[in-house]
Amino acid sequence: MSATVDIRFRLNGVDTEVTVPAGMSTLEMLRERLDLTGTKYACGEGECGACTISVDGVTVNSCLMFAADCDGRELLTIEGLVASPVGEVLRASFARNGAVQCGFCTPGIMMQAQHVLRKHKGCERADLQRAIEGNLCRCTGYVKIIDSIAEACVTADTEQGA
Amino acid sequence: MSGISNYVAPRSLDEAAELLRAGNVTLLAGGTDLMPQSRNGRTQLRPTLMSIRRVAELRGISEAAGNVRIGALTTISELRDSVLVRERLQALWQACDRFASDQIRNAATIGGNICNASPAGDTLVPLLVLDAQVELASKSNGTLATRAVPIADFLLGPGQTARAATEILSGIVLALPPRHFISSFFKFGTRPALDISLISVGLAARRAGNALHDVRVAFGAVAPRPIRAPAAEAALEGKALDDGVIAVAAAAAEAEIHPISDVRASDWYRREMVRNMFTRVLAHVRDR
Repeated sequence: MSATVDIRFRLNGVDTEVTVPAGMSTLEMLRERLDLTGTKYACGEGECGACTISVDGVTVNSCLMFAADCDGRELLTIEGLVASPVGEVLRASFARNGAVQCGFCTPGIMMQAQHVLRKHKGCERADLQRAIEGNLCRCTGYVKIIDSIAEACVTADTEQGA
Repeated sequence: MSGISNYVAPRSLDEAAELLRAGNVTLLAGGTDLMPQSRNGRTQLRPTLMSIRRVAELRGISEAAGNVRIGALTTISELRDSVLVRERLQALWQACDRFASDQIRNAATIGGNICNASPAGDTLVPLLVLDAQVELASKSNGTLATRAVPIADFLLGPGQTARAATEILSGIVLALPPRHFISSFFKFGTRPALDISLISVGLAARRAGNALHDVRVAFGAVAPRPIRAPAAEAALEGKALDDGVIAVAAAAAEAEIHPISDVRASDWYRREMVRNMFTRVLAHVRDR
């Protein structure tokens, strides 16, 4: 029989308590326990980035993280991001540049993009390409995605909202 | 899916070692290897799952008395962001820079990369050429004690290490290299990100003019564990790097590796890549 763990954490700014099986992934907890289905399940082994979330200010693959390990931490998912100023800058930029086709990779890429904007690790195209090397997109060919993040970088810098 | 009957998250090394003494514990750090391996059946989780994330003694990079100590929980991103690592431990920095993806670098720990003991483990080749020691803590006699083991003796085979079940890898210690010391890491795969190395090359040496001294060479993904290459080291020791010396060293390296053929590459291809990439790494050192 599998043990369960009671955990408490902040999720998109809200104190959250949940009981999870010890072997459950954070991705499963978000999608199946907390009904936050914006974070996507694709490869399940850290290759594609569709499940990217932010934990204590850094992005991780939620499929590779044990839910029990969320205890005491601060989580941000795409649902929290889109409700923020940076999320709005990114959403508008992705829409304006046509960076979304099927849309499945988009939440993960926007989460990774906010990490880049927040860390100010550089807005050069080469930096942005490296920054999203862990996110696969099978539709766009990445060019419009890079365009969008580059534009959002400039906007965020101007507004100093990042 | 999981037979975990007990989940524990100790807050001190002493407490973690005490829990390990009770036995039947799987250690969880970043989880980036443990999660997929426990899902696909390659690793059987033991009844107690122990997250060590809260153990403060396992964090941080520090420098004292000519040594660098890297806590086992240091993430690959933290190593990549460290000025000390970038400037003094170049080979390790290069491995961290090209490690998987940003998301994985943010979660994966150096202790986890070592204990996973993959023949292709990215940090292992730099740690071999930097002569690192791993620090193992345990309470097997009732009090907390540590022992140091050279990384070359710690890695035994794919997924196999010299860590006893009651021990926890607490950190990595290495002598801060002198000035004029160079180290370099290069890995080859089909794409730069998220690829398991087909082969990797590590080189470290003290440089005097165009000659290399105290030469250390290591290769990844060409044997059951990352290996030092003593014949290649001997071919380079004390000699000025010219085309002839480089060719002899590359031939020596090719002769002392034991690659396998698998889904990613044939043994022939790996031998060719080791010879060519090692030649390139040496030429790069010569020319800079």
